[in-house]
Amino acid sequence: MSVADEAPPTAPMNAVSRRFARIDSLYRNITRFAAFTVFAVLIGVIASLYLGALPSIAKFGLAFLWTNAWNPVTEKFGALAQIYGTFVSSAISMLLAVPVGIGIAIFLTELSPWYVKRPVGIAVELLAGIPSIIYGMWGLFIFAPVLQTMVQPYVIDTFSGVPVLQDLFAGPPFGIGMGTAGVILAIMILPFVASITRDVFDGVPPVLKEAAYGLGCTRWEVLWNVVLPYARVGVTGGIMLALGRALGETMAVTFIIGNSHKISPSLFAPGTTISATIANEFAEAVGDIHVSALIELGLILFAITFAVLLTARYLLYRAEQRAGR
Amino acid sequence: MTVSTAKYGRRLWVSRIMMALSLISAVIGMFALAIILTTLFQRGVAGIGAHVFTEVTPPPGAEGGLLNSIYGSLFMTVVAVLVAMPLGVLAGTYLAEYGREARVAVLIRLVNDVLLSAPSIVIGLFIYQVMVKQMGHFSGWAGAMALAIIAVPVIVRTTEDMLRLIPDPLREAATALGAPRWHVISKVAFQAARAGIITGILLAIARISGETAPLLFTALGNNNWSADPNAPMASLPVTIFQFAGSPYENWKQLAWAGALIITSAVLLLNIVARLFRNPEAKR
Repeated sequence: MSVADEAPPTAPMNAVSRRFARIDSLYRNITRFAAFTVFAVLIGVIASLYLGALPSIAKFGLAFLWTNAWNPVTEKFGALAQIYGTFVSSAISMLLAVPVGIGIAIFLTELSPWYVKRPVGIAVELLAGIPSIIYGMWGLFIFAPVLQTMVQPYVIDTFSGVPVLQDLFAGPPFGIGMGTAGVILAIMILPFVASITRDVFDGVPPVLKEAAYGLGCTRWEVLWNVVLPYARVGVTGGIMLALGRALGETMAVTFIIGNSHKISPSLFAPGTTISATIANEFAEAVGDIHVSALIELGLILFAITFAVLLTARYLLYRAEQRAGR
Repeated sequence: MTVSTAKYGRRLWVSRIMMALSLISAVIGMFALAIILTTLFQRGVAGIGAHVFTEVTPPPGAEGGLLNSIYGSLFMTVVAVLVAMPLGVLAGTYLAEYGREARVAVLIRLVNDVLLSAPSIVIGLFIYQVMVKQMGHFSGWAGAMALAIIAVPVIVRTTEDMLRLIPDPLREAATALGAPRWHVISKVAFQAARAGIITGILLAIARISGETAPLLFTALGNNNWSADPNAPMASLPVTIFQFAGSPYENWKQLAWAGALIITSAVLLLNIVARLFRNPEAKR
């Protein structure tokens, strides 16, 4: 009797829970589909770039990587000048942006009073969002003319005759060139480096710092012996992420690097990068091999930033593991 | 005793010098960024006027504005967001709710990071290969798709992060009341994470509205009025690129005006996104 009484309510409940289960699996499958689409996009990017680059890979082989030639007329292509320019401009920018960015982070975490810390911190984060083309434009119209008329002539005069430096700062003062591109890139990634470093510094447990202060350490000794060792891995990861940005940056560089396919030891000489070459030539490229060589450049750039990202992720992951302990 | 105070004095001086250096670097950095913003503002305001918003891009030396570029930028950004938003939010939901610790989710998270940091010009090459080359011509649709692919990883990342911030007891409480999983996700988790997810979408819009490189050979640009998404389409960043590099005074002037418009829009979006997130953080 009691069994018969209970039976009717369970029947509709089952129908409802069956319906719920159906909706649930629908939800799960739709979201999973979306997640796999993200995966498919990456595969698509790699596959389409590889297919596009195939003619060039077949024609020039691995030598493409270390040949210095870029001639659409004779259809001879090699990416050495572009790869060289990409690494040199990024290296200059990191040399400038990392110390200054860490300085800003130290200022924000250790020196500034709270009423400076917040607005400056927010300003730095907002500046990280400014489109890169703005930096490129500023470099072309404001920074390059100042360099050309007020800085470069004196630097060239001063160092002519000094063994290594005269090659580093040689040539007519164009204003634009490899060094200018490096400086503009540095200004562009500066907010990025500063805000990541500040976040990592903020994550250092106050107890550690207080203990060091308690032992009589000065501010610098606390930073150098406690904060920096603790934050080293995280800061390095953040710097690698910034490096990835600098390597792949197009618009800030294209305006001011001069777009010359020659390799010159001088920082004042024009050069090019992978992304600047693609941006300048792709829409106007005529020959199939030219297009294919440009796509192969894109593939190389993607591979470089991929490797940099993996390194950065690994370092940040290790930093997180440590912070968790 | 005197020796140790002398030593301490030296240590103190080292510390003071290093602190001064970091103060100087902070001043230099902020100074450089402030200079960029002030020149942008000065030159931009000089070039801005009603004509910028009512006329299309002019030939060299003539009067004109940026109407077609502004329209193109708005159109492509809106289409890109309409594509990227559902995809990104759903994928982020999978990673935060259904996937969680699954191996697949770990892989997709990494893939998403790779896309997030991929150079935008490479995304442009990809869309050129799969859309422009197949269709045979540059188009507004292609530009919008390139922007969408750049926006998706940003939205996936923030959606997942925001959903993960929602404490599990909230989900457990709803489940204990008999709510099925989908109900918990859509009525509890989404409701609680809504402000954060909207922040992510706003940040994605800010990111793509200033992108130039992926549009160069997908939407290409167009100096005439054209609302046809199947034809090459103008956009503010590409027009700025073209005009700033030209020798013509009136084009340069318009480039500065366009730069000011874009920067203001991006800063505004960032500030609104911040305001959206803040009440959440206070709770």
